[in-house]
Amino acid sequence: MSARRDALTTLGLVGPATAAMVFLIFLPVAVVAVLSFSDYQFGARALNWVGFDNYITLFTDPQARRAVTNTLIYAAVVIPGACILGLLAALGLHNLATRAPRLAAILRAAYFLPVAATLVAMAVAWQMLLHPNLGLVNQLLSMTGLPGQRWLSDRGLVLYTLAVIGIWQSLGYAMVLFLAGLAAIPQHLYDAAEVDGAGAGWDRFWTVTWPMLGPTTLFVLVIIATGAFRAFETVATLTKGGPAFASDVLVYAMYREGFVYFKAGYSAAITMVFFALTLTVTALKFRVLERRVHYR
Amino acid sequence: MIRALTLAALIFGAFVVLVPFLWMLALSLKAPDEIFTPTIDLIPNSLHWENYAVAFGRANLLRSLWNGAVVCAGILLLQTIFAVPCAFALAQRRFAGRGTVFGLVLAGLLVPFHVTAIPIFLGLAQVRLLDSYTALIAPFAASVFGIFLFRQAFAAMPTELFEAARVDGLSEPAIVWRIAFPLALPAATAFALFSVVAHWNDLFWPLIATSDPSLATPPRAILYFRDAESGAEVGALMAAAVVVVAPMVALFLVAQRRFVQGLAAGGLKG
Repeated sequence: MSARRDALTTLGLVGPATAAMVFLIFLPVAVVAVLSFSDYQFGARALNWVGFDNYITLFTDPQARRAVTNTLIYAAVVIPGACILGLLAALGLHNLATRAPRLAAILRAAYFLPVAATLVAMAVAWQMLLHPNLGLVNQLLSMTGLPGQRWLSDRGLVLYTLAVIGIWQSLGYAMVLFLAGLAAIPQHLYDAAEVDGAGAGWDRFWTVTWPMLGPTTLFVLVIIATGAFRAFETVATLTKGGPAFASDVLVYAMYREGFVYFKAGYSAAITMVFFALTLTVTALKFRVLERRVHYR
Repeated sequence: MIRALTLAALIFGAFVVLVPFLWMLALSLKAPDEIFTPTIDLIPNSLHWENYAVAFGRANLLRSLWNGAVVCAGILLLQTIFAVPCAFALAQRRFAGRGTVFGLVLAGLLVPFHVTAIPIFLGLAQVRLLDSYTALIAPFAASVFGIFLFRQAFAAMPTELFEAARVDGLSEPAIVWRIAFPLALPAATAFALFSVVAHWNDLFWPLIATSDPSLATPPRAILYFRDAESGAEVGALMAAAVVVVAPMVALFLVAQRRFVQGLAAGGLKG
């Protein structure tokens, strides 16, 4: 085969995907970055350059700033919540699997189910579960003598309600990743620990399991974090960012400002802040994967 | 003792996780008067299947299921057609620019779809393609995650195999689709599950790209129904939710292992 025909073959294989990547990913990223410095509105014929105005608004306007702070608060609840519960479930199921593999498999499937289920549909189910009068949650509370709450319309509560749904949805994801990490820990380390007198329970956990889970834990943290930054479905379904912006988050604000109010330039700035946030965490993951924080 | 407590905690935790599913299922089978009497019964007094009839009649549910299937199939087909040849070349051919292309793939993994939404919307508006199946499908053609996953699978295959096929006079596309692709079926299954679940469940892009209710994908249809429903048809709304969730739950239960693989690998995507 001639070199030229060979090059053409390569082009035929690689070309379409490369062109698609450029036009659907990299060019759009560049356009968003540029638009974020403009006051462009969807449908307008012209635009003005406004420098950092959009970013300044986002970080100084008390209402707009809620999207940033809420996203961080939401993530600060969901990340530890999902990771700790996911880890506990994984530890329990890992041990159970040796004694009762069938039961462990059923329980694992149950914990993982919310990851696969359509979140919008499940959010509608949560809405009924949290209904002020008819919902299961308030009825259980009243049975134990506690006052019911307006989970989705109380300004002080709504963000945390959404965060709990976020934890419910992602803890199964953390769990399967931790289970994979646990399965990769060689048995001889536990045997050695036993010889050294760290044979049981939490001793075993802190001397062997936890250090060996290091890379997995970071991986899980990053995945749960990027997921939390992307919260959109529950907000769009349950609160639309309300009441009074109490549950506004970045991706929902991006959607509302851009595609409801057509403020494309401002929405692009929100997009860039969201992008910077996810990039920071993901970059952390790649650094860690390279350095391999292992005790070996 | 500790073992028994752990087991009890595990079972209780799993039950709590399942409660939203059970509540949804229970309400979907309850008659309206039962829904509106505050009870904590997970089991309906009598099975009120009418809710499902109402859901299918009212919510344009059937249409949205069809839309969801078309969109998911279209996206998966397009992603596979673009990703597989590229992944094969990256794994099994040496060529100038290979490092650059692979660099693009890795960089692409860092970009969430949300970031590209505004320009893609502008582009589609420019060519007057908003509110169409194309608008729902085409933006996802370049799956860097797919390229990455298939490249890994192809890189693990022996180069001699493909050399032998070349000696036999097989064209490169034939080698890709008739030899390499079938061998990468486990990766393909994991990728397919990841892609279908992601796009069946997605609300963000359908909300932006379409406003025509007849193009609603399942999550969008649920929202239309919820917003039109004034409270009298909660049972039917829950029935619609059950119908939308059911295919993904079934898919998960049938292909659990591959499913988890696909989603776990999906963690690579930024």
